[in-house]
Amino acid sequence: MSNAPVNNGRRRFLTAATSVVGGVGVVGVAVPFIGSWNPSARAKAAGAPVEVNVSKIEPGQLIRAEWRGKPVYVVRRTDETLSSLSAHDGQLKDPNSEVPQQPVYATNEFRSIKPEFLVALGVCTHLGCAPTHHKGDFEQHVAGVKNGFFCPCHGSKFDMAGRVFQSVPAPTNLMVPEHSFPTEDTLLIGVSGGEA
Amino acid sequence: MLNNLMAWIEQRLPLMDAMNKHAAQYPAPKNFNFWYVFGILASVVLVNQLLTGVWLTMNYEPSGEGAFASVEYIMRDVDYGWLLRYMHSTGASAFFIVVYMHMFRGMMYGSYQKPRELLWLFGMLIFLVLMAEAFMGYLLPWGNMSYWGAQVIISIFGAIPVIGDDLTLWIRGDYVISGATLNRFFALHVIALPLVLVVLVFLHILALHEVGSNNPDGTSIKKPKGSVPPEEQSKFTFHEQYTKKYDIVDAIPFHPYYTVKDLVAVVIFLIGFCWVMFFAPEGGGYFMEAPNFEPANGLKTPEHIAPVWYFGPFYTILRIIPDKLLGAVGMFGAIVALFLLPWFDRGTVKSLRFRCTAHTVNLVQFAICFIVLGALGTLPATPLNNMIGIVASFGYFGFFVALWIYSKNEKTKPVPERVTGK
Repeated sequence: MSNAPVNNGRRRFLTAATSVVGGVGVVGVAVPFIGSWNPSARAKAAGAPVEVNVSKIEPGQLIRAEWRGKPVYVVRRTDETLSSLSAHDGQLKDPNSEVPQQPVYATNEFRSIKPEFLVALGVCTHLGCAPTHHKGDFEQHVAGVKNGFFCPCHGSKFDMAGRVFQSVPAPTNLMVPEHSFPTEDTLLIGVSGGEA
Repeated sequence: MLNNLMAWIEQRLPLMDAMNKHAAQYPAPKNFNFWYVFGILASVVLVNQLLTGVWLTMNYEPSGEGAFASVEYIMRDVDYGWLLRYMHSTGASAFFIVVYMHMFRGMMYGSYQKPRELLWLFGMLIFLVLMAEAFMGYLLPWGNMSYWGAQVIISIFGAIPVIGDDLTLWIRGDYVISGATLNRFFALHVIALPLVLVVLVFLHILALHEVGSNNPDGTSIKKPKGSVPPEEQSKFTFHEQYTKKYDIVDAIPFHPYYTVKDLVAVVIFLIGFCWVMFFAPEGGGYFMEAPNFEPANGLKTPEHIAPVWYFGPFYTILRIIPDKLLGAVGMFGAIVALFLLPWFDRGTVKSLRFRCTAHTVNLVQFAICFIVLGALGTLPATPLNNMIGIVASFGYFGFFVALWIYSKNEKTKPVPERVTGK
């Protein structure tokens, strides 16, 4: 070997070329291994966005949609409800929605895209029970507040923007999922606007 | 006849030679104390985990629908299933107890210092894989704490800017933790990580035998060839791998001297292990947490999510930092700092017996802070606990900073040429 004529330049080129081709091969082979960890088609189908027609919801009415196995409350709030929201800010834990329990575009005083429609997960942030919607008879739970959500499990209370009241076990406001309105009448739960 | 067979094998694969090199003719310092038993104990626990793990997979069903029920089936209907499971679950906690002791031994006697840095790095990699192994294993019973614990830990990756959300989705393989997550964790827990672990342990031992064992005095038992008169050299026969380059002093062969000593430690350890396994397999709610006796439920968060005790110190560091990303950085930083210990320590004296008083104080405060952080990790995050946690975290990281500062021009005691003691 040591006596054989050696062309070092050629040897280096061949080593480098083989390494590069081999490296490309390794990357190529890695693709299926890494890709197989993505959500499967079945998981994607089960987690697909849900479409809701909001044109038929009466003012003040709540409808439930199911998204990724969880109940989503959609409420068409009346103007009266909307205007009364700020009146009880002092009784809330997080009146300005500082805890990121909502997408950026719903971080506003109504916690919604369109003030009218509240879209929130019907899952109490304490232990995951479903809060009940009290329409007009919420004053038994919080004096001076007509409408709200009351969780029957451990007595957590939320207002009509899903904001949690003080002195209840739930730590944060109700979760507002990603959602968007592709048209005037359709609500798409699970996708932010611009992505769909 | 048998001798001929042995010779025949030896010529083709030098098994006896390897045994001599690594056991019967391996020179170990003669002054080991009880802190030196934890490596062997860790190997014993590793074998226990591998063996019971294989047997558990024979009845376990890795699916969102069947996992919880199959664990109950193992506990109630499979002959000795309860025993195999408790051996495995107690083994998990025991693993961390002996590994933490093993690591602290290394810190006390400077076993991470030159020339044992790579040995320390392999050890840290083992620790890292062990944590991944324990975390993934904890999801498999598919209890409610399994579920929510995994939820919390996986969401840590969501703190990474830009790719965080996609990364957590990729890890879970679903929009929530589901059977898909369970199945991949099962595959990693029973196949991939154990393979990596066994290879790392092998490398850890090879690296140890290459540089030789440290001892409580931190002195070297390998002297330059020809520097020690024959009557002062160790009387035992050691493998030529060690004697051809060095004169060996103050050493005894690993086998039978330390194997017998370690056997005593193994017996004492197993007595404690069996006591826990038979009389307190739930470890007072620390080895197995109460919410894990109900099935995973994505709609019902346990009131207080606590990691298993051995993740406590790192979990506390994660939790006391109010920012999600910085919390994750702090938690991983705590582990990275340990990795870099050989380079934080700029001193040349290994054992705390001959180092400055500040070093002993620093090491003691580090141990206390570690234990306090661990205890806090299992407690609810009250404002008082968080305050204590912040102090203890400063103690934890302060250890490394202080070490880096005083080790530069440290006032040490003279290190003896030979090991002290008999």
